[in-house]
Amino acid sequence: MTGKYNIEVDCANCANLMEGAANKTEGVVNAVVNFMALKMTVEFEEGADEKKVMKKVLKACRKIEPDCEIEF
Amino acid sequence: MNRKQKKLLVRIIISAVFLIALRFVHLNPYIMFALYLADYLIIAYDVLIKAGRGIIRGRVFDELFLMAVASVGAFSLAVYSKSGDYVEAVAVMVFYQLGQLFESYAVGKSRKNISALMDIRPDYANVEIDGKITQLSPDDIEPGTVIIVRPGEKIPIDGVVIEGSSSLDTAALTGESVPSQVYGGDEVMSGCINIDGLLRIRTTKEFGESTVSKILELVENSSSRKSKSENFISRFARFYTPAVCALALTLAVGVPLFRMLILKSAPSWSDWIYRALTFLVISCPCALVISVPLSFFAGLGGASREGILIKGSNYLETLSKTKTVVFDKTGTLTEGSFSVNKVYARDGDDEKLIETAALAESSSSHPISRSIIEKYGRDIDLSRVSGVREIRGKGVTAEVDGKTVCAGNGALMDELGVKYTEAPENGTVVYVAVNSGFLGYIVISDTIKKTSAKAIKALKESGIKTVMLTGDSEAAAKPVCEALSIDEHVSRLLPAEKVAKTEEIIRSTAKGKTAFAGDGINDAPVLSAADIGIAMGALGSDAAIEAADVVLMDDDPLKISKAIKISRKCLRIVYQNIIIALGVKFACLILGAAGIANMWLAVFADVGVMIIAVLNAVRALNVKKL
Repeated sequence: MTGKYNIEVDCANCANLMEGAANKTEGVVNAVVNFMALKMTVEFEEGADEKKVMKKVLKACRKIEPDCEIEF
Repeated sequence: MNRKQKKLLVRIIISAVFLIALRFVHLNPYIMFALYLADYLIIAYDVLIKAGRGIIRGRVFDELFLMAVASVGAFSLAVYSKSGDYVEAVAVMVFYQLGQLFESYAVGKSRKNISALMDIRPDYANVEIDGKITQLSPDDIEPGTVIIVRPGEKIPIDGVVIEGSSSLDTAALTGESVPSQVYGGDEVMSGCINIDGLLRIRTTKEFGESTVSKILELVENSSSRKSKSENFISRFARFYTPAVCALALTLAVGVPLFRMLILKSAPSWSDWIYRALTFLVISCPCALVISVPLSFFAGLGGASREGILIKGSNYLETLSKTKTVVFDKTGTLTEGSFSVNKVYARDGDDEKLIETAALAESSSSHPISRSIIEKYGRDIDLSRVSGVREIRGKGVTAEVDGKTVCAGNGALMDELGVKYTEAPENGTVVYVAVNSGFLGYIVISDTIKKTSAKAIKALKESGIKTVMLTGDSEAAAKPVCEALSIDEHVSRLLPAEKVAKTEEIIRSTAKGKTAFAGDGINDAPVLSAADIGIAMGALGSDAAIEAADVVLMDDDPLKISKAIKISRKCLRIVYQNIIIALGVKFACLILGAAGIANMWLAVFADVGVMIIAVLNAVRALNVKKL
């Protein structure tokens, strides 16, 4: 399953770091952050709870960029 | 500018003015220190807070950290050396923030520009309910609903015009600026703008399946597929910042210790720390990290404005390396619709010949029959025809006005024992006989598209080899190739053989990539097999959109060379930016380590290069004249 979310982030490097953080999150197979379109595409592991995983993703991203926002 | 940007701008102005004013004030050194510190905090507080938070969370090596350490360090140095020169520390921060502001403004601006180009999403659909026009969300409209589109409105859902006529602006979809005319019975694509007439349209698809949704999905997904250059940059940035920090530390601590302990000379701490701080300012990776994705984004945006949808930056990158373009013939270089090219009646009565043939073929749906009926152009009185018999692969026989008419190929004439004159022309020939007497023949062929010759020429000028693959006979293929001066062609290929042939071409093109351009009907396997699959006018075919990497909104082959030119321009800009950014940075880093570069040069290397790179990146959007 994949999901696409609008994100808010200020700098391109932070977007890269968010991508790295999301990819390391449990339940995520692959995450791509598109800074120009302000979109994050996340492919979940089978049977993963989307909301729970995204909460973890947001938490991991907040560590890197306290101002960032992911709509899910 | 948004609120965040405005706030930052105000802070930059205040602290810059303050900084200049302080140059003309001479007070007690402690008061001066306090004033400079206040100014510094105005401009730098958020950076310091964020950097501090980063350190607490164990994430130290980012640009905020670099800037915070550099400016705090410069400040401390000024205190330590009692020079009272705090200007550098504050100025570094002012310029850094100015760079941030510019970056976010430029990115926001191009984001807006590009989304404005793709502003084809319809907000509502008009439906007549109880004699009143009601606006509904396009998502809620079932196929088969009659919707009303007034002048100036977008067609929200694909459908067929049932009433009214108008001209449609398809520029947002196809890049074609000449409006197209539609009348009752015509199919219309969603996303077109109705210019002058009221249209009633019966929808044929759901909104999610309509052209406009498909395009939006394509465009939104496009920049998520990253190119090699983008991946290189993000990987590079991940290693680069820690490496620079380590180097700076070596400069600040290692070198003085080395001087002190090994060389037994003065360590000159403040000099080396200053050099290390300069180093940190120069090293910010932002110019690089922002300009490469921005270039690709602008390139993709510029291409979609021209009606060329590229599915990702990686495809833009591959497209720029294209050395061979393989074309399908029918529907790609030719119109794909058969038309009567020549009529030869033995007795000179062409009208009569066409009429007879059209009547005999009237009940057939074969494209050849259709083209003869179209050529006849009048209503067919079916009562004049009876006893139609279709002979597969040969033609038809029928009773027309009581006479036996047969129309078909040479084999049919031989079978029926009709003596006929063989046509010298290329293409498909239909011979017509009445009561076993030869009446004449009709030559039917596919016409070459108007822009095909220009397209092939443009590709050749870009140094690209052209190949045509077709399932048709050599007799049909050769004249097309000669007319267009295509380098190579292979005829009589079955669909599977087309894939094999394309793979063979890919293997034999050692350097560079091979693109395949087709109309997407039954060539989806070849579209996937090629390095780059280009589907033309493929909006109707889901399989083609799925299999292709580049989708041309209309079926103009000239767009292929345009797409390649756009990709080459975009990649050129990407490489320029990488070279400028890395070149200037490395030069300044060396100068900084050698103690030649001061803080001001460092600020230029960071902010100045970023601004240049961003401005250069935005050029990729400008593709009209390519």
